[in-house]
Amino acid sequence: MAAGDGEPIVLSKPPSRLYRAWDSDIFYSYRRSPVTIIASIVVVIIVGAALLAPWIAPYDPFNPASLNLMDGFTPPFSESRMGNFYLLGTDNQGRDVFSTILYGSRISLFVGFSATLFAMALGISLGLVAGYQGGTADAVIMRIADVQLSFPAILIALLIFGIARGIIPPSQQESMAVYVLIVAIGLANWAQFARTVRGATMVERQKDYVSAARIMGVHPVLILARHVLPNVMGPVMVIATIGLALAIIEEATLSFLGVGVPPTQPSLGTLIRIGQQYLFSGEWWILFFPALTLVLLALSVNLLGDWLRDALNPRLR
Amino acid sequence: MTAFVIRRLLQSIIVMLAVSLVAFLVFRYVGDPIDSMVGQDTRLADREAMRERLGLNEPFYIQFATFVGNAVQGNFGISYRLQEPVTRLIMERLPATIELAFASATIALVFGLFFGVYTALKPKSPLTSVVMTLSLAGVSLPTFLIGIGLIYIFAVELGWLPSFGRGETVMVGGWRTGLLTESGLRSLILPAITLSLFQLTLIMRLVRAEMLEVLRADYIRFAKARGLSNRAINFGHALKNTLVPVITITGLQLGSVIAFAIVTETVFQWPGVGSLFIQSVQVVDVPVMAAYLMFIAFVFVVINLIVDILYYMVDPRLRVGTGKR
Repeated sequence: MAAGDGEPIVLSKPPSRLYRAWDSDIFYSYRRSPVTIIASIVVVIIVGAALLAPWIAPYDPFNPASLNLMDGFTPPFSESRMGNFYLLGTDNQGRDVFSTILYGSRISLFVGFSATLFAMALGISLGLVAGYQGGTADAVIMRIADVQLSFPAILIALLIFGIARGIIPPSQQESMAVYVLIVAIGLANWAQFARTVRGATMVERQKDYVSAARIMGVHPVLILARHVLPNVMGPVMVIATIGLALAIIEEATLSFLGVGVPPTQPSLGTLIRIGQQYLFSGEWWILFFPALTLVLLALSVNLLGDWLRDALNPRLR
Repeated sequence: MTAFVIRRLLQSIIVMLAVSLVAFLVFRYVGDPIDSMVGQDTRLADREAMRERLGLNEPFYIQFATFVGNAVQGNFGISYRLQEPVTRLIMERLPATIELAFASATIALVFGLFFGVYTALKPKSPLTSVVMTLSLAGVSLPTFLIGIGLIYIFAVELGWLPSFGRGETVMVGGWRTGLLTESGLRSLILPAITLSLFQLTLIMRLVRAEMLEVLRADYIRFAKARGLSNRAINFGHALKNTLVPVITITGLQLGSVIAFAIVTETVFQWPGVGSLFIQSVQVVDVPVMAAYLMFIAFVFVVINLIVDILYYMVDPRLRVGTGKR
């Protein structure tokens, strides 16, 4: 840029922000990957359906007044004994499977997103401190992360859940279950973020712009938040996407094991747990459709994460 | 060598102490132990006496020392739910979990090696693309869904294999094994496959990546130039050099197999340590939870220690590194 000429030379109208985003490397690789496009469409459909559940669900599965026990075990695509139509059939209590999936994915996604955000916030802050500060803080934080990473996340989440259950009085356990689950899954997954952010921060802090900021007397917290953080966000987004898929699966697993959300607020995992009881008697749809939703969701989010990793890593191209 | 082993041992002991502190805090402060042991109509004076007798009025560090001392001797107290010594409960169920873990580790290792080598040597074969696609699905599918799927196909629809339990078992010198009866072996198949799939895909991808790397190395090209047979090159030279990381990962994964067994054991109602743990979490049976935590940590620490020492013996570079420090 010729700064001394007074007037900058304008060659043509600068392209709009939208066009620049569309023309960027990331979107180029997105347009070139049909698998990613399909995966993102699946995610948008499931997330959209979950968000709009109260408006598009044909029945309210949690309103006992609208339930009809006579309609229980209606197969998919058929009319029930009472003459109601259920797209994906009904479960043992006559709840419409399609509606319970809509509400169930809402809870699964809520827990998954919140837990990932929680893990992200915790992991990023600890990783920044460890990478920037070094010394004792670094050693302590990374040791804890190492120990935790050598255990499967599901085990950590189970332990935290068990401890929380012992602390919270029984009367509040049902209402607190979702939040306990978020904290448990979040605490089980922070170490990945911390490790990545720490590595990237250690690289960034060597660079001149950080030294410049330090010499100018910018507060370390401000340096980390305003200068270092934006530069380490790339790998964090990749881990966050894959972490979201993991968190959704972990939530489903915990709920399936019977230690997740209460049956009054079923997530996809709880629905699968309910459905499993009827597998032997041939009512496959109670299990199959929630399971299909879960697999599609987890697989698509995973594929998006894979694509993001490749797109953000120039060495792989 | 001795200095290295001693330092690693010390580190392991510190990790175990940290875990036992967590376990102790859980044990001591999640709920009141006295409340869990006595009925509602116990007088306050009796409660106080019991508190005194159990040492719950002692200072924190003395209680912790007692806890660690008991834990070293294998004493974790009495399960609130089953009113039996926790150590006995775990010991009774341990053989089931260990048999399951070893069966699945064997499956994972054998098939993982085979498919890993095959996909690396024949990257264009149709079987390779099938295996690679399946392995992607294997990573994304939650363990419990794989288990349910297998139950549906092989137990419900085909009726070939049992869907739950361990089948008949026999006692061999204090070890209750299901490996010696036909029904026991048949019951083992589905859970072992379920548990092995995740490790299988992991080992397969690792072997494949390592093999592709090694096959590009100069000494392989030289071996080809010497006119060695493909078999000698692929298995005598290439595979042998991929095995170190594979053995490490497999060893480290054995711990997570035992922990992952929680899910598999629940799906197949396998009477192992994992299902004991899940039941304890559901009713907040704190002594069992604390003991299980210590047990898993112990398994992890021991495996890590062994792997580190093996590594040290296998890889000379590590020795140089410690010499400099």
